[in-house]
Amino acid sequence: MKRPSLGAILLGLIPFIAVCFSVSLWDRISPTVFGLPFNFFWLVAWIVLTPLCMWGAYRFELRRESGTENQKGGER
Amino acid sequence: MSPTVVALSIITGIVAVGSLAAFYAKSRHKMDLEQWTVGGRGFGMVLVWLLMAGEIYTTFTFLGASGWAYSRGGPVLYILGYQPLMYVVSFFVLPHVWEAGRKYRLQSQADFFEVRYGSKYLAACVALIGVVCLLPYAQLQLKGLGLIVQVASYGAIRPTTAMIVAFVLVASFVFVSGVRGVAWASVIKDLLLLFAALFIGIAIPHIYFGGIGPMFAAIARAKPEHLVMPGATKDLGHAWYISSVLMTAFGFFMWPQNFAASFTARSGKILRRNAVFMPLYSITMPLMVLVGFSALLVLPKLSNGDLSLLAIVRQTFPAWFLGIIGGAGALTAMVPAAIQILTAATLFAKNLCRPILAPSMTDPEVAKLAKLMVLVLTSAALYLAIQTSVSLVSLLLLGYAGVAQLFPGVALGLFSRRVTTSGVFAGMVTGIVVAALLMLTGHDPYRGLSAGFIALCFNFAVTGLVSVLTPVQVSGFEKPATAVAAS
Repeated sequence: MKRPSLGAILLGLIPFIAVCFSVSLWDRISPTVFGLPFNFFWLVAWIVLTPLCMWGAYRFELRRESGTENQKGGER
Repeated sequence: MSPTVVALSIITGIVAVGSLAAFYAKSRHKMDLEQWTVGGRGFGMVLVWLLMAGEIYTTFTFLGASGWAYSRGGPVLYILGYQPLMYVVSFFVLPHVWEAGRKYRLQSQADFFEVRYGSKYLAACVALIGVVCLLPYAQLQLKGLGLIVQVASYGAIRPTTAMIVAFVLVASFVFVSGVRGVAWASVIKDLLLLFAALFIGIAIPHIYFGGIGPMFAAIARAKPEHLVMPGATKDLGHAWYISSVLMTAFGFFMWPQNFAASFTARSGKILRRNAVFMPLYSITMPLMVLVGFSALLVLPKLSNGDLSLLAIVRQTFPAWFLGIIGGAGALTAMVPAAIQILTAATLFAKNLCRPILAPSMTDPEVAKLAKLMVLVLTSAALYLAIQTSVSLVSLLLLGYAGVAQLFPGVALGLFSRRVTTSGVFAGMVTGIVVAALLMLTGHDPYRGLSAGFIALCFNFAVTGLVSVLTPVQVSGFEKPATAVAAS
């Protein structure tokens, strides 16, 4: 199978770093944002930000796929 | 009319409408095995969305998330953490799974292993793991249904009776409708749940505290430690959070029903595009968590955290509204339970029984055995639901620890040429044994890490080591489709 492009992988790593590995940095109550404790706000924000990252990754994959199709055309 | 009658009749009405939608969708298609299991591989973006997203809106969302917010506090945040990440994983994995599925006409997760690794025993082992892990998941749904009927009947109907009723409903639902009917019933279920979540998630904090901000401020004054990890627990801290989030994010699409849902798509692109936007669907999760947090101060003395959402709805709103919430809850239990049972039954008949015990079985016979297994497995889930009293989230984590062990075989199977059948076999067995040992001896979490995650690490290490020590194999996915027909 074709491996995903580096750009897409890097974009996919961003949400992992933000909501998983960095937990000790944001797991606290203050500062509250819109009345939400900071940890709660942070996670809700990433429900919206993750699709943005993955949209970027989608564009990367799309561009690469059309690239390989052109190559195949050239070989023929 | 007494509030019990009002609430229960509305619940019954909603369940009836959901079932009718399922039966109607089914009646327009002829049901062979492929139609029953993967909907003839013709689902567009919307149906695939509903089928996959439908799987995240389960009783677990509805009662489990609020239940943990109530009883554990901070650790419930792991649910908000893994939701977006599992779609990131699916973005990279599922389009490839779909491609293999189309090329080799795969219908189940075990088929995938059989074709990739050329071993029906490995496939049977995968099927067995799937079936065993699905039991606690289906058990969770039945338990949830039992709780709903118990609260909606104001204690008049015992949970056991309610679970038996639920059992009959779920089994007949699966029998008749197959995967297409289930996807359509998801439409009604998701709309109702979305409405219910938005409404009660915002209304309840407003009614009792004057808003979401004041509600959190009140908790921060009364019990500040409840809002951060480890909350009301001793051992669910940051290490547990990271390990559980990773295990569930990698494990989610290893659930046989979620894995097989990708075969229903018309194209791989649909799966990739869905993966981009699906995190938005989990916006209901934080709302459920809000309800659980509100209940903490309003109803501080509940015996069972999983009751918190229903109990606070019952106390706050009139009986008809409890009926609507209960009906939404009942569908969110039944629809996923139906998919889970359907998947487990098909896996058992097609990938466990036929290849190992009775190779001469025909497709119609497999379909018949699968329908029999629907009854057997639902009964087993019912028995477990009546016998045990673990929290809903804990039940789910138990299943996750098991299915996550399939991840190395899938990911390495797609992206590595060096991985071998013996490697995957050895890794998978090691993972299951480590997870079972830790959990059965009460060591979950172990040294602050979730047991399933530790097992997954062992699994990867053993898979890699044994693969390197065994001779190189040609991947089944590099052979032409005619050479490796799935059973």
